[in-house]
Amino acid sequence: MDISFALTGKGYVILASDTTAARSIVKMKVDEDKIKVLSPHLLMAYSGEPGDTVQFAEYIERNIRLYQIRNTYALRPPSAASWIRRTLADSLRSRKPYAVNLLIGGYDTSTHQPHLYWVDYLGTMSEVPFAAHGYGAYFALSLLDREDGLMSGSSYHDPEAPLEEGLKTLRRCLDEVAKRLVVTPEKYKVKVVDKDGVREIEI
Amino acid sequence: MNSFLTRYSSTTPEADIRKAKELYGEDEDFSEVMWGSTGGFGNLASGVPMFKLPSVQDPSSFLRMHTDDHADPSCRIKIKHGTTTLAFRFQGGVIVAVDSRATAGSYVASGTVKKVIEINPYLLGTMAGGAADCQYWETYLGIQCRLHELRNRERISVAAASKYLSNLVYSYKGMGLSMGTMICGWDKTGPAIFYVDSDGTRLKGDLFSVGSGSTFAYGVLDQGYRWDLTDEEAQELGRRSIYAAGHRDAFSGNTVNLYHVKQDGWKFIGNYDVSELHYNGPGDVPGATGGGYGYDIRVAGRTSTNAPEGEAGEGQA
Repeated sequence: MDISFALTGKGYVILASDTTAARSIVKMKVDEDKIKVLSPHLLMAYSGEPGDTVQFAEYIERNIRLYQIRNTYALRPPSAASWIRRTLADSLRSRKPYAVNLLIGGYDTSTHQPHLYWVDYLGTMSEVPFAAHGYGAYFALSLLDREDGLMSGSSYHDPEAPLEEGLKTLRRCLDEVAKRLVVTPEKYKVKVVDKDGVREIEI
Repeated sequence: MNSFLTRYSSTTPEADIRKAKELYGEDEDFSEVMWGSTGGFGNLASGVPMFKLPSVQDPSSFLRMHTDDHADPSCRIKIKHGTTTLAFRFQGGVIVAVDSRATAGSYVASGTVKKVIEINPYLLGTMAGGAADCQYWETYLGIQCRLHELRNRERISVAAASKYLSNLVYSYKGMGLSMGTMICGWDKTGPAIFYVDSDGTRLKGDLFSVGSGSTFAYGVLDQGYRWDLTDEEAQELGRRSIYAAGHRDAFSGNTVNLYHVKQDGWKFIGNYDVSELHYNGPGDVPGATGGGYGYDIRVAGRTSTNAPEGEAGEGQA
């Protein structure tokens, strides 16, 4: 039931995740943060099997930190994503795999490139300009695919859009989900990573 | 003398090797060089730690086959289910309230179950799901909390205690454990509640309700909840919420048990019969507004009949 979105723009990645923790038909919590800050320029949104999600995310969080302590510098987003994918893939071939879907967003301070990776619980990974997990994907992906004829000032996806435009595009996705999906989350947590690092944004 | 001591001591590494030799026989290679090595040999000598599992193909589906009374009402083992438990944090501490009914299928197995587990004077655990699982593992948690206290000369935090439990049940994930519990208490950071269940979910929060009657309890609780509730108001809200669930949910009821956690530990407030609450209210307790909680008791003698002046409407008392 969790919904998460992510999109890239000119020098940034935005990640958004709903904040509900539900069990059966009951919302147990409405302000749960499901986006982890893995390093100064790396974010990870996680969703999936209850229990597995937090256990896996904390495992990744601490190992990424350990790498940073040992080597004095953090893994760059492509390497971190590869390592996370591999961890998930190895887990898939174990007796009790983690059933966790991820969106990994980072900013590479060496090449000044934003990176976004879509990873599912089977260990499929692909680098994408925008991504979604959960029911939100059925509504948002088509919206983001759409090419706007005029381009300038458009609120569809544009790889060169400044942050304000990117947030407007995200808003469109959330509004579409709110309009058409039967059960809609009421709140989202939005985090951005760019050259200045990671920060949370109220939307 | 020294060698004499080591020979008969049972706690030294040498003793471990000696025991290992007895266990595996002399032909197994347990070199004396292994002394003092903590490179995993200490554990291996007493065997690799393993879960005890039934000797069938798939233990959890085997268990489910014999315990799922939903799919098969005539199943051999009926696990005790059906509960309402709640806990909430407010200005004056934590209120914990639970019902006391245990059902096995459609049979009311007991009406006097203690669903609040007193882990230690500062920690309470609630019981929903498998009664045995909750009782056993929360008592076990109590042991570990005491050991933490002895080792660190400091009481364990609610966060740490709940994480211990969640990591423990997570290690048994998929093997049939069934628990939905709230770990409540007061530590250095003040009052705290953590929801922990057998999926491995662990959530920090201000207000939780767990069990088949939780939706009914939430209905009353959410509407009456404020942070600045007085102690008396809060206790009354806890009582009313469990009553509501006891009244509407067939698998909850009998009596309400009420606890209040403050800075100096938890206190048992009282046990209230749900039928008594329905007809007469909780009696002379602080916070009670007087009269029964039941709808038909509350509105006795009143009617919606709207007859014109001077004409007695039907159904008027």
